[in-house]
Amino acid sequence: MSLKRKDLLSLASLSVDEIALILETADSFKEVTGREIKKVPALRGKTVVNLFFEPSTRTRTSFELAAKRLSADVINFSPSSSSVVKGETLLDTARNIEAMQADIIVLRHSSAGAAETLARGVKSSVINAGDGWHEHPTQALLDLYTIRGRGMGFGGLRVAIVGDVSHSRVARSNIYALTKLGADVRLVGPPTMMPWGVEKLGVKVYSDMDEGLRGVNVIMMLRLQLERQGRALFPTIREYARLYGLTAERVKLADTGAIVMHPGPINRGVEIAPDVADSLSSVILDQVANGVAVRMGILYLMSEAG
Amino acid sequence: MQPSHQDTVGRFFYADSPRLGRHTIESKRNVTTGNHAQRDDVRVVMDAGDIARALTRIAHEIVERNKGVKDLALVGIRTGGVHLAHRLAKRIQNIEGAQIPIGELDITLYRDDLALRKNQPVLRKTSVPFDMADKVVVLVDDVLFTGRTIRAAMDGLMDFGRPGEIQLAVLVDRGHRQLPIKANYIGKNLPTSREEKVQVLLEEGGEDDRVVIFKA
Repeated sequence: MSLKRKDLLSLASLSVDEIALILETADSFKEVTGREIKKVPALRGKTVVNLFFEPSTRTRTSFELAAKRLSADVINFSPSSSSVVKGETLLDTARNIEAMQADIIVLRHSSAGAAETLARGVKSSVINAGDGWHEHPTQALLDLYTIRGRGMGFGGLRVAIVGDVSHSRVARSNIYALTKLGADVRLVGPPTMMPWGVEKLGVKVYSDMDEGLRGVNVIMMLRLQLERQGRALFPTIREYARLYGLTAERVKLADTGAIVMHPGPINRGVEIAPDVADSLSSVILDQVANGVAVRMGILYLMSEAG
Repeated sequence: MQPSHQDTVGRFFYADSPRLGRHTIESKRNVTTGNHAQRDDVRVVMDAGDIARALTRIAHEIVERNKGVKDLALVGIRTGGVHLAHRLAKRIQNIEGAQIPIGELDITLYRDDLALRKNQPVLRKTSVPFDMADKVVVLVDDVLFTGRTIRAAMDGLMDFGRPGEIQLAVLVDRGHRQLPIKANYIGKNLPTSREEKVQVLLEEGGEDDRVVIFKA
């Protein structure tokens, strides 16, 4: 089978088969990234444009590396250096990029739905690299790939997603993906950081972290968005760290062999204790390494001749 | 599911894009042909005994040409070639008493028609678990047709290091080359017309060993 879609916008719209195909395809590219010459000619002659309206190092670098390892030409476009500051709309910017024969546009934008708007307006394939608080599908896919790489199956897998779920596109994409695959998903965090009615997505909500972590196979920490600290979602960072910070003691509440994940960048000593971040159960750097392979797989699948 | 190994002319895939014509490499993947065994125009050109004897001869030729098995490695091209590489390795081990390393190569990412395809082929595993440097690498494939698969395989191989020499072993050479490529070891030379298909069916793929030819 192949991915019969022009764009990759969300996990909500992907089928279980499509998710499985992406993960399997990533396996082949994982092998490529382990070679002496880490480059294959699969996307030779194609152009990938990274259109990032929000600062990002990890995701942009990961996409750039993925595209380069597939032999595509890569252009990085960021608003500070572009005409956006001169008042051009998103769609006009994208149409200009498209006029330069971009095959794939990777978009990061602060507004939810930006990727979908763009996808409707251009013929190029659009990959959502994060749109506001909506979704971050490639992050969720690399998280799934990392879990699977640890030999864990998804059916009945107990996963706790801990932190500011409301403002997290990573959490949203992972909730859609994991529940679709049959995992048992728990959300842990203060009520101020839980979206209204999130239980409807088939997840359980815990405000007590110890209770939420008991017996889980995967602990997925979210970054505390310190830039939102002014919004009174919790009284102080210290209090947050005490109630929802992942310590070695708390990891022990989870299943033996449980893994600790974090999409990065990590706030050491806030949501995650330094010794946990560096422990054997931490797969944070695996996530980064897998990100390149997963994105290579996605770019490959999206590069079908239109 | 085990896809049938088979060799097909490009237009089989590109019925919807005639301009691509022959600029495709022969492919042994993503093809479902239905049960050809029930067709009356299917002719068996090699049976199990023929295949076994051809492989035994090729194994002897490989050993003879390379004066033993020092620095020798086999790399099978997915999927048929991988099975044949394992069979050859077993025979070479019987002759020389030494085990030789085997690699498996999926050439999809090196195909020259990849950018033109509507649907990307499913990728399968590549594994070359030995150091390629200065080795004599014998590429193994089931059917040699246009030569485009072998071109792709050689490019792929080079990304793992610099082999000392690359040789080519095929069970069937059916002619119609589109590139200047020639096999060193050939199980059977099979004159064909371009419209015919040649399929190597192997036990490893859940079939009785045989090579068949039929009209597309």
